[in-house]
This record gives sequence, structure tokens and C-alpha cells, in this order.
Amino acid sequence: MNTWLNNALFGWYPYVALTVFLLGSLLRFDHAQYTWRTGSSQLLRRKQLIWGSNLFHVGILIIFAGHVGGLLTPVAVFDLLGISHSFKQGLAMAVGGVAGIACFAGTTMLVHRRLFDPRILATSSFGDIAVLLMLYAQLTLGLLSIPVSAQHMDGTEMIKFMNWAQGIVTLHPGAAALVADVNPIFKLHLLLGMTIFLVFPFTRLVHVWSVPVWYLGRTGYQVVRTMRPVAARTGVSTAATGNRPQPAGAAQPQPVVGND
Amino acid sequence: MSHFLDRLTFFKKQVGTFADGHGIVTNEPRAWEDGYRKRWQHDKIVRSTHGVNCTGSCSWKIYVKGGIVTWETQQTDYPRTRPDLPNHEPRGCSRGASYSWYLYSANRVKHPMVRGRLLKLWREARAIRTPVAAWASIVEDPDKRASYTSKRGLGGLVRASWDEVNEIIAAANAYTVKTHGPDRVIGFSPIPAMSMVSYAAGARYLSLLGGVSLSFYDWYCDLPPASPMTWGEQTDVPESADWYNAGFLLLWGSNVPQTRTPDAHFYTEVRYKGTKSVVVSPDYAEATKFADLWLHPKQGTDAALAMAMGHVILREFHLNRRVPYFDDYVRRYTDLPMLVRLVRQGDHYVPERQLRADDFADALGETNNPQWKTVALDAGGKPVAPLGSVGFRWGEQGKWNLEAKEGAGRDVSLTLTLAGDNPTARVAFPYFGGTAPHDFVATDHPDILTRNVPVRCLELKDGSTPVATVFDLLCANYGLDRGLGGDNVAMDYDEDKPFTPAWAERVTGVPRNHIIHVAREFASNAEKTNGRSMVILGAGLNHWYHMDMAYRGIINLLVLCGCVGQSGGGWSHYVGQEKLRPQTGWLPVAFALDWSRPPRQQNGTSFFYAHTDQWRYETLNVAEILSPTAPAGDWSGSLIDYNVRAERMGWLPSAPQLKQNPLTIAARAKAAGLEPKDYVAGAVRSGELELSCHDPDDPANWPRNMFVWRSNLLGSSGKGHEYFLKHLLGTKNGVLGKDLGAEGRTRPQDVAWHEQAPEGKLDLLVTLDFRMSTTCVYSDIVLPTATWYEKNDLNTSDMHPFIHPLTAAVDPAWEARSDWEIYKGIAKAFSDVAPEVLGRETDVVLTPILHDTAGELAQPYDVRDWKRGETDPLPGRTMPAVTVVERDYPNLYARFTSLGPLMEKLGNGGKGIGWNTEHEVAFLRALNGTASTGGPKLESDVNAIETILSLAPETNGEVAVKAWEAISRATGRDHTHLAVHKEDEKIRFHDVVAQPRKIISSPTWSGIESESVCYNAGYTNVHELIPWRTLSGRQQLYQDHLWMRAFGEALVTWRPPVDTKGIAPVQGRYGNGNPEIVLNFITPHQKWGIHSTYTDNLLMLTLNRGGPVIWISEDDARRVGIADNDWVEAYNTNGALVARAVVSQRVNPGMVLMYHAQEKVVNVPGSEVTGQRGGIHNSVTRAVLKPTHMIGGYAQLAYGFNYYGTVGSNRDEFIVIRRMNKVDWLDEPEPAAPMEAAQ
Repeated sequence: MNTWLNNALFGWYPYVALTVFLLGSLLRFDHAQYTWRTGSSQLLRRKQLIWGSNLFHVGILIIFAGHVGGLLTPVAVFDLLGISHSFKQGLAMAVGGVAGIACFAGTTMLVHRRLFDPRILATSSFGDIAVLLMLYAQLTLGLLSIPVSAQHMDGTEMIKFMNWAQGIVTLHPGAAALVADVNPIFKLHLLLGMTIFLVFPFTRLVHVWSVPVWYLGRTGYQVVRTMRPVAARTGVSTAATGNRPQPAGAAQPQPVVGND
Repeated sequence: MSHFLDRLTFFKKQVGTFADGHGIVTNEPRAWEDGYRKRWQHDKIVRSTHGVNCTGSCSWKIYVKGGIVTWETQQTDYPRTRPDLPNHEPRGCSRGASYSWYLYSANRVKHPMVRGRLLKLWREARAIRTPVAAWASIVEDPDKRASYTSKRGLGGLVRASWDEVNEIIAAANAYTVKTHGPDRVIGFSPIPAMSMVSYAAGARYLSLLGGVSLSFYDWYCDLPPASPMTWGEQTDVPESADWYNAGFLLLWGSNVPQTRTPDAHFYTEVRYKGTKSVVVSPDYAEATKFADLWLHPKQGTDAALAMAMGHVILREFHLNRRVPYFDDYVRRYTDLPMLVRLVRQGDHYVPERQLRADDFADALGETNNPQWKTVALDAGGKPVAPLGSVGFRWGEQGKWNLEAKEGAGRDVSLTLTLAGDNPTARVAFPYFGGTAPHDFVATDHPDILTRNVPVRCLELKDGSTPVATVFDLLCANYGLDRGLGGDNVAMDYDEDKPFTPAWAERVTGVPRNHIIHVAREFASNAEKTNGRSMVILGAGLNHWYHMDMAYRGIINLLVLCGCVGQSGGGWSHYVGQEKLRPQTGWLPVAFALDWSRPPRQQNGTSFFYAHTDQWRYETLNVAEILSPTAPAGDWSGSLIDYNVRAERMGWLPSAPQLKQNPLTIAARAKAAGLEPKDYVAGAVRSGELELSCHDPDDPANWPRNMFVWRSNLLGSSGKGHEYFLKHLLGTKNGVLGKDLGAEGRTRPQDVAWHEQAPEGKLDLLVTLDFRMSTTCVYSDIVLPTATWYEKNDLNTSDMHPFIHPLTAAVDPAWEARSDWEIYKGIAKAFSDVAPEVLGRETDVVLTPILHDTAGELAQPYDVRDWKRGETDPLPGRTMPAVTVVERDYPNLYARFTSLGPLMEKLGNGGKGIGWNTEHEVAFLRALNGTASTGGPKLESDVNAIETILSLAPETNGEVAVKAWEAISRATGRDHTHLAVHKEDEKIRFHDVVAQPRKIISSPTWSGIESESVCYNAGYTNVHELIPWRTLSGRQQLYQDHLWMRAFGEALVTWRPPVDTKGIAPVQGRYGNGNPEIVLNFITPHQKWGIHSTYTDNLLMLTLNRGGPVIWISEDDARRVGIADNDWVEAYNTNGALVARAVVSQRVNPGMVLMYHAQEKVVNVPGSEVTGQRGGIHNSVTRAVLKPTHMIGGYAQLAYGFNYYGTVGSNRDEFIVIRRMNKVDWLDEPEPAAPMEAAQ
């Protein structure tokens, strides 16, 4: 591949994609809160959704975690842990393959449902269909890359991607050159992946940002979102005072302002 | 600041805990909540209501947000009722709550629309011609005319500007007035009470033009002829709150929770008080779940059930034991003590007319109208003419009341029965139950039942004549054995003789013990409570051909138990919102009585029967309905012959009136040197003038222009839909039967027969609507009108005493205008266009003999037809009245927009009384301003509203007092105490906008508004002794008119449905291989449309099957392999319709239910039989007229607009129904005709 083109696609394009991804998400979050949603079609039809959606989500979360961990963890860490490149390569192919097939099955059902269920099709935007097909293509490319990887069980190709990814995120100039000679399947996979980041803020994918991880660490069964300034709170014990007994009268709140 | 930055506090999210850490406090942003708050925020709330044919008349809050109507909720600010009576509110149902959908829906009519072919012709002609000449060039060219009339209903409407459509309409009207006569311009708009100013707008325009307003109540078949027959009043009923005062509620064919939803709470509530309720309904209607006992007679046999109940009540409460309250009531308030002449017929007697003072040599001392004073025997057996009969009403004052006195002032107690010392005579009564069509039960009793009746012979002018009391005849008629000997009477309920419970069990299928039980409890409650037994009655019964039998049977139960006119009792017929409470204030505005009188009004049923040519297909022969005891005479002819006879004898109105243009008559009279009325009388006899009714198919007699507004005539109320399409409109249709000519049947005698029936009588059909209804689709011009949330108007109901406004929450959307503004615009265009051919013209108007005028005493005894030479044509006595009216066509607009001088000159009034209105007109000048004509302005809809409210006694206390004074003069009793305390109360538009206001008691109604009783019809008759406006001045149970006797309905009896013969000619001819079944076709009110009118609201349709449905019983469906939701087709000679089947246990075998008014424009595929799109419920119906409804010139049986007349019954119809094989949506374009392709 032409060096300039290679540099543009794998050296500059990632920054374009990441900038649009981050800035776009931020702007949309601030300016169009009511569009910040999953756009679920479950109310319209449950059929094919339960299996399709669950297979898709479970699969893609495993794949996503594998990609983030596998690509962005410095090679030195693996070396320190004594994890050989070929073992990591095998692990990635095995776990990624299983998750990928699950995800592929789920996505196939979702694509079929979206395109052939008249109700769902009628309520789908262009973006809904486009992003689903992009994910479907990206997943296919990922699965197609497994046989290619099988020719490099030593993990050399994988190391290239790790270094490239880490080079991009650490603003390392010559990162693009690291992937100049990889199989075109990988290149397409990388390009489409970056493009998904690019379109991310314009689609329903933004719901990924709002994955309710905070539920995991939440204490208490009832959440009260106070409207009073925190300092004015007297009726409710604060984190600092804990549950210690209060003096008489202290439990009485200040004159109520507004709708409490 | 920023949603994102606000959340960048990940480690401080939780700011506190409570409840031992089970709860946490956070300061996460809450701005998102505002989204939910804004959802229910709004800019303003406006009071309006739904101007639909619904008795609901509910006050609603209309919410407006950003200039858009967003939703509506029920108003809750009605004035409180008194203690121990539930409040009226909340009023409103889900159908009303779905209305705001229409404002911005896809089927809103947004711009004036014209049939494209017509517009093209118009523009071509108009480019080189003046407006009227342009119109003439189109309609006088048969090819041009047919090029658009034959495409009605087939699409092709295009937009045009208001100026252009107004000019087309004005030119068409002016051309028609000039060429054919103003009575060829017809208007149809129903139910003025639903939006009275909108109705008035069109009626005022037509009346100033000389055009014809058609009645609706009769056409809808909601008009119960039994009401005017019995009471001389049309549908005066208790308000729904009065249900709460009842001790026993009989729901008969009324589905209160479904069709009277906002009132149903009174029904629910009164049951907690211990009131018993029996529901009579053939199907398992929603109301049946309220019942303590559900009676389900075979559909259409209600009269038989009522007869048997009457049999029980007479037996147990009048004969075996005389209940003092009942006895006193029937003696004073009914014609039961009145004497009836008996005449010999073969070896028995038949009852003739009621005896009159005039029958005596000395006329019983009566000099004024002795022919119209009925006679009874006083306690001493002396014949007397008691006060109150119609003879006392006219020509003298102060004696028309129900005091127990005779004319000379002596107190009298009338004798109810002659049983005892007197001899008996064998009197014949007709029995019609011996033959019955289809699966109705016929019994094997003879056609003539003779029974012994106690009689007395009186010396009359024409010799010694036997007479009997109505009470004795009634007892004999009900088949009660009184120990007088003879046959056909029963002592025992188990005897199978008409009309015992055992007999009724055979006919109706209701167990005899249920009949006895219900009758007994109904009467027993009335006895204990002085008449608090009530019957709530619905159209279910009234749509049968012999509806008056069912109604009179039920009315008799109420009358015999003293329930009518008593709080918590009486006859509650709720069908159609016909109660226009400020009626006398509205009439002058609506019919332009301020400028010219009389207006042209026509009974819709006879008009449509003649002009949609349904008479050409009539299958019911008069012989089939004539009584076997009919008096000797010529009873030949077909139904339209009878109607035509009624028209020429001045009984029924007639429009168009004369074959000759009525604008030319005055000149002819002048040339002949005669008064117009004398000229007309002579000329109709000589044949120089011809009545149009004798030849409705002659092009000279066609209706030419028609306005339809506030109505869905072609999608809902048009019985004989396919005949409308074929003959009135001249477009594609699905008529399957052949006319009488083609069938070789007997043709009418008095009506000209044309071998080739006309197709397309109308030159122009204009419809005003806010939605693209079925009627709009068939129209030539569609005008976008304001919705009920976009105009100012008034709305009243018989269900409650309040006046509700419609107010404009927003301006009319797109190019829509209110009806008032639309007709004002047409009037302006007409005034501009008319001078081309019209100036000040003299119009000769024919009017029938009207009820509540002195003219109602026109024809006391026999029926004499001048056309047959039996009498002379005397206008207003033996033929229609003839009046000359000046029309000022160039100033029509100026007249439309101001109140004319006749209000001050002639005053105002109604129902036989009148009063001066100078003070009110002066007030209106000050309030509305003075117009160039000198009268108060009527520019805006609010001007019109203020005029109505100021002129009506119901809304202006001062007028109420004047009205009560007027009736006090007639009765000789002081009634002003009913209104004098309200003399200073004046209800204005802004008052009713602020809060619903209760109206003021008025003598034009028979109930009162009071703090102690609810509105109840007949209340002032019973408690103020104001007579009923009938022959005897009392509740008239004996109908003595010759035609009543000829058709066997002098007394109530059982008449099975008629045979419309619509099945045999089509059965087996249109088979598609699927099994077929013949079933009775019933069209009740629906659940998923806005009352009877709107069924294209998707919010409502979503709740059911989303398109036309027909309900069928499980048994019938199984027999012909119909599964639920299958597409089925129903057809008979009238046409075909398609619908999905709802297979349900609700329906009893033998009938199908098809909710009426399911729109042709929503989800209706093509018919396999006709190849046309679907058909609507009325595709398989045809109106059949009944001669007794045509009677006129006879006290209470005299014509009144929406009061009496023929009615469009349709429930006797049967259909063939079967599963469809192919559902064709007809959504491919038609192959172009060669001529069009060439263009």
C-alpha cells in the first residue's frame, strides 16, 4: 500500500475517528438529552429480540473487553506475567471465536428482524439500519481474521496491532508503519472499526456510555435525588456524620422552599 | 451548566444516607423531570363541547399549547344539584376525549375542494361568460353535466380558492332559482341542538333564498311518531338526573352505558338506593349487566311483550282491583273516559271516531269548534264536553285547561266504564299476528277478533248511535275477560289468546312468568310511589316499520300506571339530540323569520323516498298492512300514492312544490286577476299548475342544488345508500334489484312513471365538513369547516338542563372557516352574482297545515281529496296553505347579517303561543350594534348566539314571564309563578362560557326547572293542568283518524315486521361457493365511533378491528362456516356490503348487528357481488313509508318540522350473508376510458 495512504488511514484517521467519537458524544449528551437512548424496539415486537439481543450483547461485550485488554495492555505486562505471545494468540482466537460466533448468531437474528419485520422496518431510521449492518460486517471481518491469525500462531501479527494501538493512544508518530504489511482483512477490520467510532455519536450506540455500572456499587434501596443544596441538608445525615444521633431539633429541616 | 460537567463528580455522587443506610441521598441533576412537567403544561384552557349527534352535551376543557389543541378533559364545574341528588358531572366519554385527534389528522379537509372536471369546465366557461351564464353553459349541456356527475365518489377533487368556490355555488344557486325555482335548492343538516348557530347559518341562507330545509329526526327514524300521537309533543323527556328519582327502571332497547355514557352514572347510583331495574334487549348489550332481570325477546317483538304487560296491569290494577291513584289519573289525564262511536260492519261493530259535541243536536251548548270537542259521560251519565280538548284551544280563551269541568263551568267527574248496567255489543278488533315473515312467529288466531264491549246508545244528530268508552275498548283490545261473555278474551294468563302472557311467550320467547312478574312490579311500584316507574327507551325499537306499536304499547303501561308527568316516572326516549332548549329564540335566526314567513321546510323521509327513487322499487303493498276492519273506501294505491295524497291534501309538506317556478306564480295570478292563493287553488285543480309530487322524475321537478352540512348523509344516515348513488347522484352504484317496471309489478296510481328512471338529479352537491367523510367524497364541492374547538356556538341536550357553548380554542386550521362564516361568504357572493338574473322577486310558498296553529282544526271528520273531486281545494283547509313572500336577492347578504323587522312587527312565539319582542330587539341593537338595514347586527357567530339567548324564554327570564303570561291567557290559570322569580335573569354567551347555566322554565316545554324536582316531561300538564296538545287535550290512547282506523292502529296492537321481499330475487344468483344464511339486519349505535356520526377516528378504531364489522351469533356463524374476523359479505336487492365478522355470544341467532355509520373510506374492500367498493350499512336498506305517519290537518296529527311525518325505518330488512373468497382492495387504477385517453 502506498505509504501516504497507509499513513492517512492508520496514522491520521484514528485521530479523526477518536475526536469525533469523544467530542461528538459530549456535544450530543449536552445538547440532545432526549436523543440519548437505546432506541429499543422491544415494545413493538419481542419476537427474535430476546435471543438475538442477548447473544449479541453478551458476545460483543466479551469481544470488546478482549480487544481493549488485548490491544492496550503493554506487551511488557504480558511478559512480566509470563504469558507467552502464542498462548495469548490462542486465547484470543478461542475466546474471540466463541464470543464472535455467539455474537454473529445474535446479530443475524437482529438484522433479519430489523429488515424483514414490517413494523420494525417502518420505525427504523437510516442510522439504526446502517449501524447494525456495520457491526454485522465488522463482526464478519473479525471472524474471517481468525483463519488468517491461525497462520501466525506465534503472535507476531498480534504484537503489531498491540504496538499500533498503543502507539496511537500514546500519540506515537510512526504507528501507522507498524501495520503497513498486515493482511488486508485486518486492515479492513481496523478501518471499519475506526469508522464505527466515527459514526458512534450519531447513532443509538451512544447508549454504551450510559451502561449503568454504578448500580453495581450502589448502596441503599431508595435513592433520593435532593433538590436542596447539600450544605442546607440537616434532616438527613451526611456521609461525614454517619448515623450518629442528632441533638433535639436538629432533625427539623429549614423552612421548606419549593417542592420537597 | 453542562449535563456532562454536572456529572463529573463521580466520587461525590452520594451525599447522604437515611433509614439506616437503606436509602441514599444524591444531588444528581433533576432537570429531566421538567420534560414530564412540560408534557402536561399548557397555555390556556377553553370551554367547548362536541357538536355531534349525541345527547351527551358534555362540557369539556380544551387545552391549547403553542397554538395547537393538545388534548381535552372533562369540565367539573357544573352547578351543584340539591342534597340527596348526585351531581351531573363528570360528563364525557372516551369518544369525546378522542376528538382533538381530528383537528390535525390526515383526513382533515384543509382547503376548499372542487371536483376537478367541474372546475375545468367552470374555468373554461367563466373565462368568456358571466357567472350565471357560465353555470348555465355547463348544466344545460348533458355531456358536460354527466362528465362530472357520473364521476362522483371516484376521486378527483382538487383545491380551489374560497372566492372561486363561493362564486360557483352562488352562480349555481342563482341559476337554479331563476330557471327552476328556489325550492330546488335543498339543504340537509341534522340536529340543530348540537351546534345551533352552525345549523342556523345554512338554514338562514336557504330561507332567505327560498330554499328548502329538510328535517332529519324522521329520516334518522329517531322520531317516535307515537309521541305526537299520544301527547301532541315530540320527544319531551325527563332529564337523566330524574332517573335517580325512579323506583323502578325499565330499560327497553336502550344501551345506556354505551350510548348515554355521561348519564349512565345516575343509573348506577339509583340502584344503590334500591331501585329495581329490568333490561329488555334481544342481545347481551352492555346495559344488560345492570339488570336485576334481563328479558330478551326476539328482536322486533317488543310490542307483543308490551301488550302482554298491559294485559297484566289492566287485569290486576284496573279490573280485579281499582287502584285509586291510577283510576284518578286516567280519568283526568287520558282520553280513556272519552266516548267512541261504534258503527256496524257486517255482523259486528267497529269503533269509529271519538264522539264530538257537534254530534249532538244542541252541540252540548258549545258554539266554538264543536266538531273538535270530545265527549264523555259525567258521573250521572250525562254527556259533557270536558275542558281541555283542542276545540277549546283555538277561537276562545281561558277554557283550555284540565280542570275537571265542562264548558259551562260545571264540575264534572267523568265515567270511565260502561260495564255494569249497560248492554254489550260485539266489537271487532284487527289481529295482525296471523302472518309473519321469515322466522317471526305467526299464531293461528283469526284476522278479526270480536269481543264484547259494554255500550250505551246516545241520541245524536244522525240518530241513535252506540258508543263505548275508550277504557272499555282498550280492555277488550287487550283481550281481558270482564265477565261480559264472548270469545277472544282471557281470564287466565295461561290461555293462548291475544294478548295474554302465554300468547306473548310464543311470540317473543320471553317466559310468561317473567312478563307477569315485571308488569306486576312495575305497576306495584307506581302504585306505592304515585307514578315513579320509568321506561328508558332507545332507537332499538323505533327503527322497526311498526315502531309506533311498540312505543304505544310501552306508553300505555306508563299512562295506565300514572307515571307520565310525575317526578321519577315517565317515558324517556333518548334518541338523537333533538332538544333545542332555546328553540323559540333560535327559530327566527335559523329560518329567517325576522325577514319573511313562512320558511320552506320539508320532511326528509318523503323527500328522499321520492327523489332517490326508492319508491320505484317499493315491494310493500298497502294491502299487506291494511286492517281487515278498514272502513269501506278506496284503499288502493302504493305507498307513494298515499304520500302524494297527503301532500296535496295539505298534510305533509312537499318540495319542490310546483312544477312551475314559484317566482312566476304571482305574475300569473295578477294576469288572471286573482289573489295568489285563489289562483293557485284554481290552477291546481284545472291542471294549469302541477304539484311536483305527482312526477318526481320529471327534470322540472328535480332537486338541483343540495347543501349538506354537519352531516354525513351518504356515509351514515342515508337509508337506501345505493339508490342515492344511482338516482340522486347518478354515479356508480350497487343496486341489485329491478324497479317495478322491470319486475312487471303494479305501478303507482297518482305518480307518473318514466320507463327510464333519471340518474343524477342533482346539478351540484356541496358539503361542509372538517373531515373527508363518505359524503364529502361524493360531493362536487367540499368546504373546509371549523371543528368544534374552532368556533363559537351553542349546544343543548334533553339529558340535562344546561346550555353549553362551543368556543374557539384556536382559529380554524388551514383555510377552514366556521359554518357561519362560510354561509355568510356564500350569501355575499350570491348578492354579488344574483343581479345578473334576479332582483326583488315574489315567491309563492306552499305550506302544509301545521300543528300548534289554529289551522290544525282543518279536517275534523272524513278524509276528502280535492283531486278526486271529493271537496274543493281550499288553501290551508283541504290543500296546502299559499303565502306570498317577497325575496330581495341582491340584498340577501344584508338581510343575512342583520335581524329583520318582523320581530318587532309580528313578535315571537312557539307551540301555539306568542309574545311581543320589541324590548329584546332594542336590547340587541344596543348589544350587537345597528346594521345598515336598521336591525341589530348579525355579523358574527357571537351576534347570532346573543340573539338566540335574548329572544328565548329559556335564557331570558323576562321573555319567560311573557311566555307564561301568554299561556295563562289560553288556560285561564296563572302559571307565571314558574318564572317570575327569574324575571331579571338573562343568560348571555359569556355566562355560559364561564360556567354551565341551567335554563329557565318555559311554557314551550312541558317540564319545569326547579329546586325541588328534576325536569320531567308532562309535569306542567299534570301539575299545572295545561292540556296536552292533542284532540282530547289529554294523553290520547285512541287514535280515531280515518287512516289510523283503516290501518288498524286506532288502538295499540301487535304487528309483526313487514316483509320487504329483498331476498328471493337475489338468493342463489351471486353464489361464490360458500354456504349462505338469511338473517335479520339490525343497525344499532356503536361503541367505537363518535356517537352515530364519526367512525374514522383512528384512536377509536384501534380499539376494535379498525374497519367495518358485523356481529353474528356463534350458532349462525357455525352453520355457514364463518370464523371470527373472516371477511363476509351481506346483500339483498338493495345492494351489498362487506365487513369483518365478529362472532359473538352477545348476538342471538337469527340476526346480525352492524353498527351504523362505519365509514366507507376506512378499510373497506370491494364487494364480490357488486364489484364496487364495499358498501356501507345502508347499502342493504331501503326506507319504507307508513301511511299513518302521513296524516295531517288533524289536531296533534298535523305536520310539524321534526315533529311528525313519515320515518325512515330499516330494521325489517333481511340480508344474505356468507364468507368472502377474495378480498379485493380495488387499489389498482381503473383502465382509462378511450375518450379520456384521447385527451
